[in-house]
Amino acid sequence: MKILIAGDGKVGMTLAKKLLLEDNDVTLIDINQSVLDSTVERIDVMTLQGNAASMEVLKQAGVMNADLLIAVTSADEINLLCCMTAHILNKKLHTIARMRNPEYGDQIYEMRDVFGLSMTVNPERQAALEIERLLKYPGFLKRDTFAKGRVEIVELRIDEESKLCGVPLYDMGSIVKCKVLICAVSRDCEVFIPGGDYVFKQGDRIFVTAASDHLTTLLRNLGIVQHKVKNVLLCGGGGVSFYLAQQLEKSGINVQLIEQDEKRCIELACQLPQINVIHGDASNQFLLESEGINDCDALVTMTGLDEMNMIISLFGTRCKVPQIITKVDHTENNIQDSLPIGSVVCPKDLCCTNIVRYVRAMQNAVGAAITMHTIADGQAEAMEFMVDDNTQHCGEPLKNLPIRKNVLIACITSGRRTDIPNGDSTFRKGDRIIVVSSGDQVIKQLNDIFVG
Amino acid sequence: MNYKMLGRLISQILLVEAVFMLPALFISLHDRQWGASKAFAYTILIIAIVAGGMFAVCRNAQKKIYAREGLVCVGVSWIFMSVLGCLPFYFSGEIPHFIDALFEIVSGFTTTGASILSNVEALSRGIMYWRSFSHWIGGMGVLVFLLAVVPVAGQGSGFTMHLLRAESPGPNVGKLVPRMGQTAKILYMMYVLLTILNIVFLMFGGLPLFDSVCIGIGTAGTGGFGIKNDSIASYSPYIQNVCTVFMILFGVNFSCYYLLLIKEWKAVFKDEELRMYIGVILGSVAIISCNVRGMYATLEETVRHVFFQVASIITTTGFGTTDFDLWPSLSKSILLFLMVIGACAGSTGGGLKCGRFLLLAKSLKRNIRQVLDPQKVSVVRNNGQMVSEKVLDNTNAYLVAYAFIVLFSFVLVSLDGQSMETNVSAVIACFNNIGPGFDAVGATCNYSVFGTGTKLVLIMDMLAGRLEIFPILILLSRHTWKRR
Repeated sequence: MKILIAGDGKVGMTLAKKLLLEDNDVTLIDINQSVLDSTVERIDVMTLQGNAASMEVLKQAGVMNADLLIAVTSADEINLLCCMTAHILNKKLHTIARMRNPEYGDQIYEMRDVFGLSMTVNPERQAALEIERLLKYPGFLKRDTFAKGRVEIVELRIDEESKLCGVPLYDMGSIVKCKVLICAVSRDCEVFIPGGDYVFKQGDRIFVTAASDHLTTLLRNLGIVQHKVKNVLLCGGGGVSFYLAQQLEKSGINVQLIEQDEKRCIELACQLPQINVIHGDASNQFLLESEGINDCDALVTMTGLDEMNMIISLFGTRCKVPQIITKVDHTENNIQDSLPIGSVVCPKDLCCTNIVRYVRAMQNAVGAAITMHTIADGQAEAMEFMVDDNTQHCGEPLKNLPIRKNVLIACITSGRRTDIPNGDSTFRKGDRIIVVSSGDQVIKQLNDIFVG
Repeated sequence: MNYKMLGRLISQILLVEAVFMLPALFISLHDRQWGASKAFAYTILIIAIVAGGMFAVCRNAQKKIYAREGLVCVGVSWIFMSVLGCLPFYFSGEIPHFIDALFEIVSGFTTTGASILSNVEALSRGIMYWRSFSHWIGGMGVLVFLLAVVPVAGQGSGFTMHLLRAESPGPNVGKLVPRMGQTAKILYMMYVLLTILNIVFLMFGGLPLFDSVCIGIGTAGTGGFGIKNDSIASYSPYIQNVCTVFMILFGVNFSCYYLLLIKEWKAVFKDEELRMYIGVILGSVAIISCNVRGMYATLEETVRHVFFQVASIITTTGFGTTDFDLWPSLSKSILLFLMVIGACAGSTGGGLKCGRFLLLAKSLKRNIRQVLDPQKVSVVRNNGQMVSEKVLDNTNAYLVAYAFIVLFSFVLVSLDGQSMETNVSAVIACFNNIGPGFDAVGATCNYSVFGTGTKLVLIMDMLAGRLEIFPILILLSRHTWKRR
């Protein structure tokens, strides 16, 4: 497919990289030539310098023959104008725009057809939703839901005092006493799919597939105490913070929000009357203590600086806050894995995952993944597929199937029944299958998981 | 420096070279030329062993290289290719001295066409074919070929850009389509198509297949090795005209052909470089024709010879139909000027390149204006788009490096005791990849007059000229080999 990406920032670049791996022709447009120069030396794309919202530049970039335009420049208005212009030039073009300003939220939805938009993404809002889901189920670093919320893949860190520490995988059943499956393990920044002789080690992060009903059992048997979150401390008052506070406000949770900029504080206080907006420096430990870091149930750090977020989260860990969530924008170096800073949420990665899912669905209208989540910092993917007429090996037990290396069938749901599969499990037409793949494998359709 | 990846790339390039040598081997076998056949067979075996060994050592290379490795890779691989490529000449005994054989193959790969042979017709056909085919390989570049056929890098990584930039001529190398592999494929597709067209046209003129192929591939690379002692002179006027047209065509920037392919006619007609190229050719033909009138029997003959010579020199091919050494000095000066200008950027031709010349002229004009009006802000534009200061700086630096190397080589060559005109024209003709110069290295003479040292200097000049100086120059820099 021919894809144009307007805006060569972090999202644009990451998207280009991911889309290239799936055999797309990518052209990047940006106003800044030096950014483009460094990009073209790193990945195999074409670049064009210019204003992506201008007709001339879009034509030059080949919008006439393109299949998809992704507008992810820093300005919402340019993204919109870019999509509108491109849509006028090429009616068959799919367009995706990044829209961050909450004030535009409603009108975008109403006017999608006028703007010619196929989809909008809002990284901040997505991140807020993700954080909210994590807050509802403390104890997990990350949660991804599949099969209409009936199946989840959750991420756990094996601590020193964890009951699983030093236990081999085949003994796990006797501890957790419910049907779960470890679908991936991240150890020292390396992700693999564990075999039966895998032994849990301190510091591992494991990804567990389980039916949603079993999650409580799982946590209880692992000895992880659940606090119901009642008091939350938010550091930073940016977009993510706003969306999150809005959601938490609705569910009646007591929220303290610390923001440095006085003007922004007034804005927030105006929009969110139930929230305690505090004007101050969130890196100030005295302030944090006086705002009750010692007895809050959860701490979410969302300031604009990664390093600040990490430090506040580290401080939170020392104050024994039960749940900590850290927003990190730069995840390339995996430095956050080695730090005890709780769950890590990266808005830009979430946004990329969403767009890649859309592109895959575009490519194969039939058989595309229904849901797709990247897990373990993008080193593995979990995808949900529907078994249809084209699927091979229907009704054969899994142990006989020629499944590719580094691919695992994590769950089969048929009707109401959720099955964590073993070697004798089978799938039929109409079932939903969750597949986990690690490494560079690109699974676009269900049949891709088989060898040959 | 990622030596392993370097070794891996070079081994792949050598394998490509070995495969390219196969047709020559078959021709020799077909002609029952056992000496030449053996020479080719041994060479292919040696290349296979060297490349195989290198690949075995470097197979687990980290596929990550940067600008530095890209340049070094191009420089080193061309030297490797030349040293191994000259072995058939040497083994078959048809060129008895190693340095001579090396000179001949470097002249081939760099599409220079300068020869040390006084009697070309004595060569066996296999050797003759390999000599001409080296032009074709060197014209578009073997690394570009590698990019087209082998997924050199991990999928989607952008470092291949460094390879394309280092091997393709021109001040501002870019891709035609988003994928590097695709870009290289399109370039080679157009190259092959034009070459076949050329060969077919030559065969219409009644030329035997072997002659057509040799001359066709020699023209395609804008090389200039003929298969007759008098180059193209003994062929019919039709053949000469076909050569003229195709030489000019191969001197055009290949991205223009791509624009024609995707029906962007306007962009082609408005291309400033192309306009200048055509303009310079027509202007030179007009002036020289007036200058040499009376030397040939008819006006048709005059224009035909002048056109051929102008095309041959500006595209840096170096074929000849007449001895331009006998022309008046104005004509010779114009030819010398054309030698320096050269063909378009992104073509198979050499020289300073029309595009670069245009940029230099424009930036000179701007600087003069700025002297008159220091407050004036002005930018250099090319095809309506602003040229960044970085590109201008690089172009200026290129000119300086060009001038230094030419002057330096000229001094070294002068040690040989030939006439001034010979030395100047030899250096310029080699550096710009043309072939024939004036006086003792004129159209009817050859480079056997020089000694071994001079030949080595000229070999380096040819390589530096083809690869646009920097890939060769940085090999000599201590910083290149330092640990980062």
